[in-house]
Amino acid sequence: MTSIAAAGAMSSGEAVTFWILAVFALFGALGMVLSRNAIHSALWLVLTMLCLGVFYVLQSAPFIGLAQIIVYTGAIMMLFLFVLMLVGRDASDSLIETLRGQRLAAVALGIGFAALVGTGLYRALRETPAAGLDQANAGGNVQGIAALLFTKYVFAFEVTSALLITAALGAMVLAHIERRRGEKRTQPEMMRARFAPGNYPARSPDLACTPRPTRSPPLAACRMAR
Amino acid sequence: MFVAQDPTLQDFGHDPWWLILIKVVAVFAFGMLCTVLGVWFERRVVARMAVRPGLNQAGPLGLLQTLADGLKGAFKEDIMPRTADKVVFFFAPTVAVICAMTSLSVIPFGPMVSIFGHHTPLQVTDVPVAVLLILACSGMAVYGIVLGGWASGSTYPLLGGLRSSAQMISYEVSMGLSVVAVFMLAGTMSTSQIVASQASGRDFHILGATISAPGWYAILLAPSFIIFFIAIVGETNRAPFDLPEAESELVAGYMTEYSSLKFLLFMLSEYVAMVAMSAATATLFLGGWRAPAPITTFWAGANSGWWPLLWFFIKVVLLVFVFVWLRATLPRLRYDQFMRLGWRVLLPINLVWILSLAALKVSQDPETGDGKYVILGGFLVGIVLLALLWPSGKRAPDKSLEDQIKSRPAGSFPIPPMDLQVPPSPRARRAVAEREPANVGAGSGGDLVDKES
Repeated sequence: MTSIAAAGAMSSGEAVTFWILAVFALFGALGMVLSRNAIHSALWLVLTMLCLGVFYVLQSAPFIGLAQIIVYTGAIMMLFLFVLMLVGRDASDSLIETLRGQRLAAVALGIGFAALVGTGLYRALRETPAAGLDQANAGGNVQGIAALLFTKYVFAFEVTSALLITAALGAMVLAHIERRRGEKRTQPEMMRARFAPGNYPARSPDLACTPRPTRSPPLAACRMAR
Repeated sequence: MFVAQDPTLQDFGHDPWWLILIKVVAVFAFGMLCTVLGVWFERRVVARMAVRPGLNQAGPLGLLQTLADGLKGAFKEDIMPRTADKVVFFFAPTVAVICAMTSLSVIPFGPMVSIFGHHTPLQVTDVPVAVLLILACSGMAVYGIVLGGWASGSTYPLLGGLRSSAQMISYEVSMGLSVVAVFMLAGTMSTSQIVASQASGRDFHILGATISAPGWYAILLAPSFIIFFIAIVGETNRAPFDLPEAESELVAGYMTEYSSLKFLLFMLSEYVAMVAMSAATATLFLGGWRAPAPITTFWAGANSGWWPLLWFFIKVVLLVFVFVWLRATLPRLRYDQFMRLGWRVLLPINLVWILSLAALKVSQDPETGDGKYVILGGFLVGIVLLALLWPSGKRAPDKSLEDQIKSRPAGSFPIPPMDLQVPPSPRARRAVAEREPANVGAGSGGDLVDKES
């Protein structure tokens, strides 16, 4: 796999891809924050997540990269649905400031925080050499991750999955509305009710009982039969 | 000989740029050609199944009809609805096409061949996680449909898009789980290695007895194969799961507002996705480009050179035929039936199947030792529990048709005569009217409705 860089050294192809996609990722992130329409925000987020997935693949983690794309595809689709269901199709942010100067303060604080975190990370990680990637990927990337998941971190993952299942169950219990039997009719019940004796919207059954030619409309045939 | 033919992961990534370009263009052309021929194939086959001639006007056997339709479509007026979200409306069909085409890039079309002196595998590229790339592409392709539905700015497309998203989320789970069984047996996620692992049959040692099983995962992992195929029909929005474009409910679903080239792009993406998914099924379950068993026994060269391209194409066409067959045969599912099938049938069966497969694999491992008796005991307990808890209530046999009609209460909905007697038309002349009525059916029950009333 020459497309995936060896550990430590950064090939020129990797560098070029990084600098192109980094711009896209940043634009996606900015667009997500700045766009007024919630659906557009979700779409910008898709762009950023796709770029992140490619970054993982570039850094010799193809499994994580594709898992990122698959998982976030589904996740952002959910976000999309939530926006549609909770906010509506044409909803966009209102521009009315409820607190005076709040927006300016938020922008200043946000940029300041991002600058602090960015410089902190940069200074901390600048001199860190990449280590252990070759050993980690020795038996193949997928096999390496599988070995770790099912030995060292198996308990952590089981606990996480139990937590997620509990959350899903809780959401279902909270959102579930208990309906008594017969309160809301199911499709088969409605069908039976529609064809129950005495429930004919179009014509009375005693008129329609005579055998009639299929080509003529039913009402006319009945009248003639009488 | 077979060793030299089988590409390994190390064989990828050494092509010069012009060879990569040739491969990419060839795969793109394959996708386009398959769309043109696929539409023709579908319309011919559906017509034959409906006992009518089908396409037969443009070109020999109507082969040029799709080209003519495509040209006509391209010159139609491109309508942009006033309420549409213009950028998203424009990009949605391209997203669908790009995702469908991308998944073709990891499909192995054949073994190592020589192209202009270069020894290279007949596949654009392969990565250790190639099957995940196919899954990711099919997941992303739904964005084209959902966004197209949302950006159209009207109700039916929006409903179609929402249905499509629900469909994707429910059926991708079954699809991913059935691929897991393949990963477990093949021990790899790269498509070329999965094809290589289906090359020969394998021997299973179950309690001392040796059973030699065939190499194809379609036979070895039959439940996974069936579930995977059902899931890809749902994933590509084909009938009977074409709820997003249900023409009897939603006009044309997500593509109601689309016209001209954008509409053609959606059609293109549907057919390319169908072909790509058929190719993925052939790769994962039907031995990929390898010739089927009887051919290799008397022709050793069937799996070398360019011949595998033919076997692969035959397999893909057969799978596309199944897609078309399903469309011609089955009525569209109702939305709740569709969801019930996905979550309550496919998913539990898949989970139980994977669990038992994993248990089988572990019990075969010589390192397991006495643990395999525990697994065997677990199987036995599971079977006993299933037998005990199986719903046993026998249904009473259905009453005969006459009894059912007689037991209806007075004033029930009128039903037509059971012997399909055609009564004389009241407008007919007397001579015709006094003739004996023609008996169409062979029923002898008489006119039950008349007797009743």
